[in-house]
Amino acid sequence: MSVIFWLISAITLGGALFAVLLKNTVHCALALTVAFAGLAFLFLGLDAQFAGFAQIMVYIGAVAILVVFAILLTRGSETPKGSVYSRYAFSGLVAAAGVFAVLGWAVLQSARVLPNEAQTPIATAQQIGVALVGRYVLPLEIVALLLTVATIGAVIVALHEKEGK
Amino acid sequence: MFQTFDQIFILLRDWVLGFLPVGLRPGAGVVLGVVAIVCVFPALFALTVLLERKGLGRMQNRPGPNRVGPFGLLQPIADAIKSLTKEDIVPTTANGFIHFLAPLVLVVAVFMGFAVLPMGRNMVLVDMDCALLFYFAMGASSELAVFMAGWSSRNKYSLLGAMRAVAQMISYEVILLLSGLAVVMITGSLSLTRIVEAQNQYTGIFPHWNIFTPWGLAGFLMYAIAATAETNRSPFDLPEGESELVAGYHTEYSGFKFALFFLGEYLAMFSISGLGSTLFLGGWSAPFSFLQWVPSWIWFFSKLMLSIFVFIWMRGTLPRLRQDQLMNFAWKFVLPFTLYNLMVTALWRFLGEGWQRWVVCTVLVVAGYVLLGRVSMRREHFGPRSYRYAE
Amino acid sequence: MLGEGILRGLAETARNFFGSYVSKQRYTTVEYPEVRIAPIEAARVFPFLVYDEGMKDGGRPEWEAGLRCTSCQICEKECPPKCIFIEKSKEKKPDAFGKQQFYPVRFDIDISVCMSCQICVEVCPFDSIKMDTQFELATDDRFGDLLVHVDKLAKSNSYYNSIHPSEASAIDHHREETKAMLAVKAKAAAEAAAAKAATAAAKPPAAGEGA
Repeated sequence: MSVIFWLISAITLGGALFAVLLKNTVHCALALTVAFAGLAFLFLGLDAQFAGFAQIMVYIGAVAILVVFAILLTRGSETPKGSVYSRYAFSGLVAAAGVFAVLGWAVLQSARVLPNEAQTPIATAQQIGVALVGRYVLPLEIVALLLTVATIGAVIVALHEKEGK
Repeated sequence: MFQTFDQIFILLRDWVLGFLPVGLRPGAGVVLGVVAIVCVFPALFALTVLLERKGLGRMQNRPGPNRVGPFGLLQPIADAIKSLTKEDIVPTTANGFIHFLAPLVLVVAVFMGFAVLPMGRNMVLVDMDCALLFYFAMGASSELAVFMAGWSSRNKYSLLGAMRAVAQMISYEVILLLSGLAVVMITGSLSLTRIVEAQNQYTGIFPHWNIFTPWGLAGFLMYAIAATAETNRSPFDLPEGESELVAGYHTEYSGFKFALFFLGEYLAMFSISGLGSTLFLGGWSAPFSFLQWVPSWIWFFSKLMLSIFVFIWMRGTLPRLRQDQLMNFAWKFVLPFTLYNLMVTALWRFLGEGWQRWVVCTVLVVAGYVLLGRVSMRREHFGPRSYRYAE
Repeated sequence: MLGEGILRGLAETARNFFGSYVSKQRYTTVEYPEVRIAPIEAARVFPFLVYDEGMKDGGRPEWEAGLRCTSCQICEKECPPKCIFIEKSKEKKPDAFGKQQFYPVRFDIDISVCMSCQICVEVCPFDSIKMDTQFELATDDRFGDLLVHVDKLAKSNSYYNSIHPSEASAIDHHREETKAMLAVKAKAAAEAAAAKAATAAAKPPAAGEGA
């Protein structure tokens, strides 16, 4: 089991690294997709079937395509003329390391509070559904409202562009 | 005896596994199932390619290919030899790595979808609780492959074709999901085996297939439309229309890679038909209760081939839809109707057993269809033409 | 209702599909080369030379003796892509009407160049070059076999009648009339000559007696 875990983590980390290290932006987007896939496999490895498949469907099927469309419709698809790395690469690295340290500390702290592995609950799709419309109905509705607002906003922005011409 | 015939593949597999040590058996069982799928469906693909050409020919008052073997039966072999021996041309400025990966990603994503289809009693490769979700996740991955193919070819037409294909596939994916959702609502489970078992009951001689309910019929229609659009089949084949975009996103592919795209498209057709028959047509269950002696996998594959025939029939009949007509149709008619159908399904569930729910739901579905059709698919009516002649 | 037209279209296609197995009207394919449709009368592919049958001329084969072509070379001059090559003979031989005519020693048509425009047929004054309907002329020798010589080009008048019946019968009728007219003229000329010979024979003996 742990061999597979190390393999999937290697793929995820590799994908994420290449997403920032490659020159061609579309290559970066595809490497990001590999990272998403790795994440999905990690979810599946933890028996969270719904989360894993939803990750594939939403991230790879929609978000990755959105990212790629955005790259293509702007000029990000041209290979950059100068260097890819900014001048502030080192300070950026330091900031990223700091954030990672804080998050890692938070996760490790909370791991002591959670029960052991043997008792991790298996949340089936039905339990998730019941929870969503039962206990968590208010966040669900707020997210739905947010999505509606975003869709309407996108339509209005596109409409304005047409009329602006 | 019929029971044996029905379970013959399971018994065969168990007999082969009997030769192996106990530790290896689960893994070997899965491998055997994978080998079976990888052998059966490409063989079915070869047959379908021939049947499509012959079927289209007959619909167009001509025979299809009939020179290569008796009735052209060896034509797929000739096609296979041709595609294997053609030169593999990759454009110099194309992105070689992604150009190579795109057909592979497509074929892998499509093959994965077969893992959850119940092809007979006890004949699922992987029996998951979230099987339907898995299937749609794999369908979403195949869109990425289409985009990769179009972009890596360094060709304006390929890119255009790929963008159109992805836009079309995303729009119709939502509809596919929502029409499948009605079935999940009634059955109460995402597992495909449970869905088939729920349809495997009979009142008198008639089965409880979902298509025989008003919401099921409407859902099946919308599912069929969405399935045709997802697999880029006529009349939704603008991304690969030969007269519009040369060959769309697979223009720059030749030889075996093109054959892989072709294979991917037809396999996607098979798996989406398989899912459609599982969700709406009762999967492996027999159409009448007295026909249950026929093996279940024969019913599954007959329904599959019937769906393929309907695909071919539609291809031979309908002209191609333009991109904007396609998108209009999806967002203005099919999606609202699918949402409305979802509400009617909920009403069906809550009206309880009896004849009332049949009448109410049928009336609602038909009225909704007709009204929505008139409102959203309104065509501009041009008045009488006026001519101005040059003096 | 939305989708009505689609259903009607599907019904028509289904009718086509099932009908193509039973009715000829819904299966319009002619499976060449097992089935060949006869060409229509006005079909034309490449030219050929007509010869009259039944003409005897010493050791020559029948086609050479009856060839209508008199090597006037009008078709060679009028041919737009210049695909006809003619060489005139040095001596003459009698034609179907008994008149002495030249004949072609060499008559080649390059069918890789010929564009089937039929100008050679239209300008021929002797009804000797006509359009053939044979099209299965593929060879694997690109230049040699596509230059057709006079022995391959010469085909009998009955063959011409079989491929273009109304044209050929009109021409035959015309030739019969010409022959009949020539025969009448010849008879009249023979009678006049006989009469002249008789008067010439009557006069000198009278003159001889007078002296």
